[in-house]
Amino acid sequence: MLPTRAAKQNPETAAFWDGCRNSQLVLPRCDACGELIWYPRRFCPFCASTAVTDVAVSGRGTVYSFTVIRKGVGPYRDAAPYVLAYVELEEGPRIQTNVIGVDPETVHIGQPVHVVFEPVLDPATPDQPPIAAIPRFMPSTEEGSGSR
Amino acid sequence: MSRRGAAFIAGAYEHPRRNIPDRTEAQIHAEVAVGALADAGLAMTDVDAYYCAGDAPGFGPISMAEYLGLKCRTYDSTETGGSSYLVHVGHAAAAIAAGQASVALITLAGAPRNGGTPPGAGAAFGSAPESEFENLWGSSIVAQYALAAQRHMYEFGTTSAQLAEIKVAASIHAQHNPNAMLRDVVSVDDVLASPLVADPLHRLDCCIVTDGGGALVVVSPEVAATLPRQCVKVLGQGEAAKHGNGGRIDLTYTGAVWSGPRAFEEAGVTVADIDYVSIYDSFTITVLITLEDLGFCAKGEGGRFVLDGRLVAPHGGLPFNTDGGGLCNNHPANRGGMTKVIEAVRQLRGEAHPAVQVPDCQIALAHGTGGSLATRMMSSTLILGVTDA
Repeated sequence: MLPTRAAKQNPETAAFWDGCRNSQLVLPRCDACGELIWYPRRFCPFCASTAVTDVAVSGRGTVYSFTVIRKGVGPYRDAAPYVLAYVELEEGPRIQTNVIGVDPETVHIGQPVHVVFEPVLDPATPDQPPIAAIPRFMPSTEEGSGSR
Repeated sequence: MSRRGAAFIAGAYEHPRRNIPDRTEAQIHAEVAVGALADAGLAMTDVDAYYCAGDAPGFGPISMAEYLGLKCRTYDSTETGGSSYLVHVGHAAAAIAAGQASVALITLAGAPRNGGTPPGAGAAFGSAPESEFENLWGSSIVAQYALAAQRHMYEFGTTSAQLAEIKVAASIHAQHNPNAMLRDVVSVDDVLASPLVADPLHRLDCCIVTDGGGALVVVSPEVAATLPRQCVKVLGQGEAAKHGNGGRIDLTYTGAVWSGPRAFEEAGVTVADIDYVSIYDSFTITVLITLEDLGFCAKGEGGRFVLDGRLVAPHGGLPFNTDGGGLCNNHPANRGGMTKVIEAVRQLRGEAHPAVQVPDCQIALAHGTGGSLATRMMSSTLILGVTDA
């Protein structure tokens, strides 16, 4: 598994990270204009509304762009090669993430993917339940993607 | 109000060193300030406006004002990453036009090879609202350009060999620059044979990391008229932030699609009038996309545009980065905007190396890209001309 850690949370992003812990991808949607907003915030950059509601999205998408990182940095120093990607969610937003569970050399633009939530364990108590989860994406079967 | 002709660049200085273990960052700021003022024929006591970016040591512009002994009436520490210095020239021209300055000093310095801020300045962005939605995935500064390169290849058929032509042209220029960090001419095959860092970008698609810096002196027309040195006219400047747009990011273009037209309109010139370009070259892909966005070729045509030595001085169709650029010469403090302006000034003064001097260079464009192609950036375009342009 690639390195994981619990994200720093704040009042604007707690709903997103709580969603991840419950295996749901939760994005704010603007109450005024209806747009889904990435990255999560309690403000709509499309219409300047401060009223947003958290909604669960499908977690399905396609690879919009990707790179195979051959030289990892920081906690990923020994993790290369790994894939950093923009996934375009079925609902529209393009989000940065990793594509995992696949040979990096086979990842391609347009590839159908779906979200998985990787658990974050407390290094001090690794036998205890996860303290958080972070979203990454795995390839879906190409055949099944058209009917979804 | 147009700033066309409201200000002139009277002094420009690039620190000659690329590895500086024996100086503080403040000391390098001072050395380049003295160098640029000497070039202009002015003294530190003449300076009434000071500009630095957010990476200057200390508290905004205040610490450096104290270190340098400045007593100015205008200060500005606008921070837009590597494009800061092009923005500063535009803002200095506005301050001069408004009567708030007559001699503006702009400095850049840093020593990332000797313990200074590393490329990407990740720590500085720790408090940014977006940071946890990017930092968890093992991102790197190279990756944030590779994502744009990969999408460009997918949409337009751009190839790694085409990107390599940009590095080849820069290396052909750098061989003539005795201060350049990399002076060996490289081939397309050399670039393609260098290790992949983040696909599709190879090691030789990446700029170098250097210590050093540079400075500019921007003056009013009245001051310029008193100076013996050939002054370069500021014709126009534009700036634009391009960002993730609420999750609807499009990786195929940069903020140059907005900063470019603003600069061209103010300058009253078109791409056909440009004799020389300094294009921000953090990575080869940065150059290719920027050339498209500024209108030197159509969107998607950049890969074909850079072939056949078009960027090679002095006789290519659009000579670029004749000092060797950030790819070969210098990328001081991981901020390439300052050296982009300095080489454009050399070209307009006819003081580039004779092997790369563009004949009869009348109008030059310098462009900076601060931030990264795949997330958010500030683009700034500066158009300069000879004294009577």
